[in-house]
Amino acid sequence: MRRPIRAAALVTAAALVVACSPTDQPSPEPYVPPRGVTETEIRLGTHQPLTGPASSYSRVALAMKAYFDHVNAHGGVHGRQIVFLIKDDGYNPANTQTVVRELVEQDEVFAIVGGLGTPTHSAVLDYLKEEQVPDLFVASGAGSWNQPARYPGTFGFQTDYTTEGKIVGHYLAEESAGETVCAFHQDDDFGREFVAGVEAGLGAPVALRQSYIPTNTNVAPQVQALQSAGCTVVVLATLPSFTAQVLRTADQLSFRPHFVASTAGSDYATVGAILGVDKALLEGLISTGYLPIATNPDDPWIALFQQILDEYGDGGEVDNNVVVGMSIAYLTVQALQRAGREITVDGLIAAIEEGGFRGPGLVPFAFSPTSHAGYSGGRMSKVTNGKQDYFGPAYVTDAGSAPVTEYTEPAAVPPPDGIPTP
Amino acid sequence: MDDPRVRMNPAARGAVAGLALLAAGVAASYALPDRLFALGQVVAWLVAAAGLTVLVGLSGQLSLGQAGFMATGAYAAALTQNALYAAGFTVAPPAGTSGRFAAAAGPTAAGWTLPVALLAGVAAAAAVGALLGLAAVRMRGAYLAGATLVFGLIVTPVTVLVDALGGEQGLRVHVPRAPDPVGSAVGEGRFRVWVALVGAALVLAILTAVVRGRWGRDLRAARDDEAAAALVGIPVARVRLGAFVASAATAGLGGGLYVYLTGTALPGYFGLTTSLFLLVAVVIGGAGRLVGAVGGTLFVVAVPIVTTEVMSAVDASPALQARLAGNAPLALLGLCLVLVTLATPGGWSARLGRGPRRVRIGWGRADQGRSGRLDLGRPRAGRRGDRGRGGTGARPPIPDVRE
Repeated sequence: MRRPIRAAALVTAAALVVACSPTDQPSPEPYVPPRGVTETEIRLGTHQPLTGPASSYSRVALAMKAYFDHVNAHGGVHGRQIVFLIKDDGYNPANTQTVVRELVEQDEVFAIVGGLGTPTHSAVLDYLKEEQVPDLFVASGAGSWNQPARYPGTFGFQTDYTTEGKIVGHYLAEESAGETVCAFHQDDDFGREFVAGVEAGLGAPVALRQSYIPTNTNVAPQVQALQSAGCTVVVLATLPSFTAQVLRTADQLSFRPHFVASTAGSDYATVGAILGVDKALLEGLISTGYLPIATNPDDPWIALFQQILDEYGDGGEVDNNVVVGMSIAYLTVQALQRAGREITVDGLIAAIEEGGFRGPGLVPFAFSPTSHAGYSGGRMSKVTNGKQDYFGPAYVTDAGSAPVTEYTEPAAVPPPDGIPTP
Repeated sequence: MDDPRVRMNPAARGAVAGLALLAAGVAASYALPDRLFALGQVVAWLVAAAGLTVLVGLSGQLSLGQAGFMATGAYAAALTQNALYAAGFTVAPPAGTSGRFAAAAGPTAAGWTLPVALLAGVAAAAAVGALLGLAAVRMRGAYLAGATLVFGLIVTPVTVLVDALGGEQGLRVHVPRAPDPVGSAVGEGRFRVWVALVGAALVLAILTAVVRGRWGRDLRAARDDEAAAALVGIPVARVRLGAFVASAATAGLGGGLYVYLTGTALPGYFGLTTSLFLLVAVVIGGAGRLVGAVGGTLFVVAVPIVTTEVMSAVDASPALQARLAGNAPLALLGLCLVLVTLATPGGWSARLGRGPRRVRIGWGRADQGRSGRLDLGRPRAGRRGDRGRGGTGARPPIPDVRE
C-alpha cells in the first residue's frame, strides 16, 4: 500500500521540480543594429538627377530632405534622427553605379530611398541585392522593382508604367473610338512598359511608335513621322524636357493631335517652366496621377507640404515633384515606424509587406509578400485654362491581366503635425 | 638608357613590374577599404592606358578612340558571360546571404567563365583593332587622330541602337561571385579588385617585357625614322599594325574588367570623355613609359574624386553646390593638367631620370620636312622636345637618307 503512494509522491515531486526549474532556453539575442543604424541616428541615401537631362526632377530630393528634417525636429523615428544623404548621378547610369557604391561603402547607409530614374536605378539593382541593402520606394514606375523573389529588398512607389498605361488605354478606349492612337516614348523600360500598358488597356496595338534617347534632344524626325502617319492621339512616355520638346516641335509643324502623357513627364509646373513663353501649348494635355495635384491649395496634404517646404525647404511653391518627394519620405517614415526600434533589414521588409499604409495617395499601395509594387492605379487629369486638375473617378488595376476597376474610397487626411502615427 | 651595370632580361623585368603592381594594388585595397570601386576603376583604366602609352609614345600613333575598344571588349565579354551563364555553367551561390536575401540568391556563374569571357573581349577588341588598324597604319598625325576619334564616337550609339546590347539601359551581366571561403574573408568588392589586378599585372608584365625587347626596338625605330627603319629591314606597317592591335587588345581587357567590377555593361562607360581621360593619363605620365601610365591613370581618377570631396566640404547653398558638383572637378582636372604639362613636358615619369627626357608623340619631325607623310603641313620647329635631337643620345646614328 505504501509503495504506490511513495512512488506517486516521488513522481509528483520530480514533475514539480522539473516544472519549476528554469528551462534551458537560449537567452534572447541582443539586438545588433545593422549597418547605418546607431543609437541616435539612421542613415538613408538616395541618388537623384540634380544635373543633366532629368534635372527638372531635382526638387524631389530637396522635398525628401525637408520632410525628414521636419520629422527630426519632432524627435525623429523611435528616437533616431534621420541622416539623409543625396548624391547626384546626372541621370547617367554609369554615375549611379559610382554614387550608390559610395553611399553603401563609404557613407554606410542603412537603406537607399527613392532612387530616381528607370535606367539609372536598373544599373544598381543587383549591387543593392548583393550588398543586402534595403532599396525602398524607387522613384520610377518601371516594373523591375516589383520582383520580390529576385530582389527581395526592392520596393516600388509609383504606379508602375504598365498599370498607368492600362488606365490611359482604358480611357482612350472609352473616349477616343475612331482615333488613330500613336506613341512617342523613351527608349528604355519606362517607355516600353507604358506603351505596352496602353495597348493592353486599348485592346489593340498603337498605329505607330516612335522613340527617343535622353542624350539626343532633336525629336523632329519622330514628330514628322507621327504627323505623316495621321496620328490624332499621341501617347507620350517622356521626361518633362522631352514633353516640352515634342509639344514645341509639333506646334512648329502645325501638328495638333491630342497628347496624353505619362505622369512622369506631365507636371504642369515643370513642363511649363521649360516651355516658358510657349506654356499655352500645354492646354488640353491629358495625363494621370495618384497623388494630390500641387496647384490645388484646398487639399490638406498640399497645405501641409507647403508648410514644411516653407520651414525646411527652399521656400518655393509646392509642385508635383515636391509632392512626390514628400510622399516618399512620409511612406518611409511609416515603414521605419512599423519596423520598430530594433530595426533589421528583414524586419523592415516584412513591415512593408504588411501593406495598408494610408497617406496622400488617391489609390492604395499593392505591397504584400508577393508584390512589391507601389501605388496600384490613378485618376485622369487634364490641363484646362492653364490649370491641371483631376476628372472622373480613380481606377485601380495591376500590371497583369486584372481589369481596370473604379476605386471609390476617400483619401486619407493628414495627421495634425504631419507625422504619421505608428 | 639603362645603366649597363644593372641589366635585367626583359622577361624578368616584366615579372618584377607585374608583381610590384599586384603588391601595390593589394596593399591599396586594404589601405582604402571604402574606395574599392575607385581602385577597381583605376585598374581597369590602367590596362587600357598601358596599351595606349605604347601606341602613342613608342609607336607614335595618336589614338583618340581607346574607349571604343574598351566598349568593344566590354560588350563582347558581357555577351559571352551571359551566354555561358544561360548555357548552365553555374555553381551554387556562395554562403553569406541571410534572411530574405538568401532565398533570392540564384546560382552564380562558374569561376572559369570569367577568364573565357575576358578573353572573348580581348579577341573582339583585337579583331576590331586589326580592321581599323589596316586603315589607320597608313595615316599620320591629325588624320589618324580623326579616324580613331570617329571610331570612338561611333561605338556608343551602336551599343544604344542595337537591342541585343541592351540599349540605353545596357546589360546586366551574370559575373561569377567570389568563391567561399575567399569571398567572405576578403569581401566581394575587394576580391573583384584583386582579380582585376591580376589581369593588369599580366598586361603590365607582358608589355614591359616586350617593349624592352626586339619588338619595342622596332616600334621606336619605325616611330623615329620610318624610311631608315624600312631600309634596315623593319616591316614598318606590320609593326605599327601590331602596336595598334596590341593597344586595342589591352583596351578590350580593360573594358571586360570594368564589366566584371560593376556587373553591368553600359554605353555611358566608354564615351569620348573616357578616351580623352586615357590620353590625358598617358600624357601626364609620359608617353611611352608604362610606369607613367600607372601614375597618370591614378591622377586622372583621383583628382575628380578629391575635388568632389573638397567641393562638398565647402559650405555653399544647395543650388551652388549642385552647379559646382558636376563642373568643378573637371575644371580642376584641366587646371592640373596644364600645370603638370608646363612643369614636366615629358610627363612626370621623365623626371625619374631613366629613359628619354622628352618624348614626342610622333606628329611629324622637324628634320623631315619632305617626308611625304601626312603631317600637319608645317615644319615643326620650336615645339617642346625639339631642341636638338630631343632624345637621349644613346640611339644609334641613323644615316640621313636625303643626302
